[in-house]
Formats: sequence, C-alpha cells, structure tokens
Amino acid sequence: MLNITSISKGLVIDHIKPGLGLKIFKYLKLDEADFTVALIINAISEKHGRKDIIKIENKIDIDLAMLGFLDPNITVNIIEDEVIIDKINLTLPDTVENIIECKNPRCITAEERDITHKFVLINRDKGLYKCQYCDQIYS
Amino acid sequence: MLKGRNLVDPRDFTTEELDSIFAFTKEIINRPEEFAHLCDGKILGTLFYEPSTRTRFSFEAAMLRLGGKVIGFSEPGSSSVKKGESLADTLRTVGSYADIIAMRHHKEGAPQYGAKYCPVPLINAGDGGHQHPTQTLTDLYTILESKGSLNNLTIGFCGDLQFGRTVHSLIKAMSRYENIRFILISPIELQVPEYIKTEVLGQHGLNYVEGERLEDVIGELDILYMTRVQKERFFNEADYIRLKDSYILDLRKLESAKDDLAILHPLPRVNEISMEVDADPRAKYFQQVKNGMYVRMALIAKLLGVR
Repeated sequence: MLNITSISKGLVIDHIKPGLGLKIFKYLKLDEADFTVALIINAISEKHGRKDIIKIENKIDIDLAMLGFLDPNITVNIIEDEVIIDKINLTLPDTVENIIECKNPRCITAEERDITHKFVLINRDKGLYKCQYCDQIYS
Repeated sequence: MLKGRNLVDPRDFTTEELDSIFAFTKEIINRPEEFAHLCDGKILGTLFYEPSTRTRFSFEAAMLRLGGKVIGFSEPGSSSVKKGESLADTLRTVGSYADIIAMRHHKEGAPQYGAKYCPVPLINAGDGGHQHPTQTLTDLYTILESKGSLNNLTIGFCGDLQFGRTVHSLIKAMSRYENIRFILISPIELQVPEYIKTEVLGQHGLNYVEGERLEDVIGELDILYMTRVQKERFFNEADYIRLKDSYILDLRKLESAKDDLAILHPLPRVNEISMEVDADPRAKYFQQVKNGMYVRMALIAKLLGVR
C-alpha cells in the first residue's frame, strides 16, 4: 500500500477518472509548482475501482468549470489544519472557453486570430456541447 | 423592433418579427415605386469572401431599388484580406463607411463572431455549409405565398443535406411553426448534420423521417425543397463525382406528386431538376429568386429603421 502524507492546508482533487490525472496536473501547471504536490495514479477507489488523485499543499485558484468539463465526477476537497472544511462536487459547466478547440476545419476558429474557442452545453444527460460558432457537436 | 439588429441565425427573429418583414415585402411587391427612395443616403457594404453572383446581386439590387448605394468586394483577393487583415478589423473598418453590411464567408460561424465587432447591422449572407438566413426569409415568403400559411405542412428536403446551408436554416426556421413534418431524402453520406438532429429536430420533438428514395415519398409532400450537391464543399473530388447525380427531379417523378406541391430550389441548379419541370405550375424556384430581392429590401429597410 502506497502512503502519501496528508496535507495540512490546500486542495485534494479526488475521484479523477484514471488516466486523466496527468492531463489535469499539466493543465493546472502543477509541474511548475514551488510547493508540495502529489499526483497519484490508479489509486484504489471503493466507488469506481480505480481513480487518480492530486494533492496540493497550497490554496490555489483552480478553474472548476474546466475540471467539471473534463470529468464531472471529480470532487475537490478544501483542507485546513488537515481537516476537510469544504467538499465541492463538480458538474458539467454551461459553457467552456479555451479548454478544447473546435475540430471542424470549416469553422471560423480555424482561421481567425485570437478567437475564443467557446462551447455551450446542449444536453447535460449526454454531456453534449456545441461550438458556439459552427454548431459542431462534441461529447 | 428590428432597427440596429443583426441577422446571423434564422431564429434571431421571432415569428412575429418575420411576419412583419413578410407583410412589408408584400407591400413592396405591390407598390415598388412607393419605396424607391426609402434608403436615400444609406450605404450597404457587401463583403463576399466566397464567390456568389445571385445572392450578392440580390442584395445589391435590393439596396439600389430602395435608393441606397453599395460598396464592397466580391473577391477577398482584391481587398485588404489578402494583406492578412482579420475579419474583426475588416468589419470594424467597413462598418465605419457603411450603414449596414451583408457578408458571405467560407468559414462557418464567421458572422456570429464578426457581429461582435461590427458597428452596424450585420446580415449573414451565407457562412460555409452552415446557415443562410436571408435565403430562408425568401423560402418562407415563397411558401407563404404558395400555400397561404406556414403551418400544417409536410416538407421534403432532397439532395445534399449535409452541406446545404439553406436546408439547415429552413429546418431551423420551420421548426417553430405548428404541425410541420420533415422528410429528409439524401444519400447516407449527405444526411443533415448531427446538430440539426440533436438541437433542432430532437429538442422540439418534431416529426421527421430520413430516407434515400424521393419516389417513395413524393406523393406525401406539400413542399419539395431540392438542393444541389455542392462541389465546393467536398475535400475529395471522387466523393463529389459519386454523389452528384443522386437525385434528378423530372416530370415522370412528379406524376405521383400532389397537384398543389410547391417545388423550391435555392439555385443555382446544375442538373437536379430537369428543364422540363420549369414549365410545370408547381415549379416555384424562379419566383423564389424574385421574392429574394423583395424580401431583402424589406429586411434592409427594417434593420436600418427607415420602416
């Protein structure tokens, strides 16, 4: 059994779908952090069998919409004095900006400079988003 | 009130606002001389990033018949676009000279994006294979003129439903009327895009079926909307050659159609409707062309707030 020291103050991003932890780690630029960070891959999960976990020994601002878009089953625990003081359950955000890019080569986002890639949630149950500009659907 | 608004998506206007445009269109058709100076002193900018003759001419003729003037380009190669100017900057610049802009662009969503930067009303004159809302106004007016109502209709779309922007826009627009049934006839490769099925047909619980044979359903239709398989939308020419003659409407196929069927086509036609059909009273596509100019006159006047 691998033991990772608990943190005294910071965040624990828990219940990450296995394989997604590294992507989130890089997206949050935690590889550049000057504080303690742990990425745990394929931890045992009672609910889902396996999961990834990120522990951050610092209170940093994180984009909850981005995390919810990547995996709405994630929970974010806020830690103070080694105790969870808040637990945030994520959901799919109504809109996401500049997290993914539209793959439609006919979309204006493929041509115009400095354009925001924006996607709008159109079906929460199926997790369907559409590009704000060309209506291409993503799940 | 339509003054100062944009027309980017066919559902940007309410059905009541569409009714007001159609009522004014009818006034213009009945008494064109009364409106010959309605836009005196106004300028329409036409930015056509993609080749077009009929839509551009239709817009230009509409503005000229209202007494206004027209500036613009029909080839981006002859403008600052060639120097690398962004769409946002082009719209900000031309919007400083013109009172209203009609833009056709090869990229989908370009008008949606450009409207954020355009200081004057922006009309989407077609964006890639996506939408073509002023053709939709034309189509709706022609259907209204032919059938007397926009409700209780079975509408067949036939041909390239994948890249046919006029089809996407008309489905969106008609989805708001009562008791509409869609029959979508196309090769499997050219079926309507997923977003139309999910967001428009699916969400409204609309009655629609998909099929591949026009002959099987033509007798059920009140409106038959034929479209061209568009060579310019294909990345692979072999696919275009294989699919281009999938549907050809001729008098033999029309034998089982209703007597009051209305045949529409956004034009240009290649060979998907035989010339022999042109004389059939059910053929409405040339009337549709003329309506397009009048409906654009009404639209320009409304967006400029002169009516």
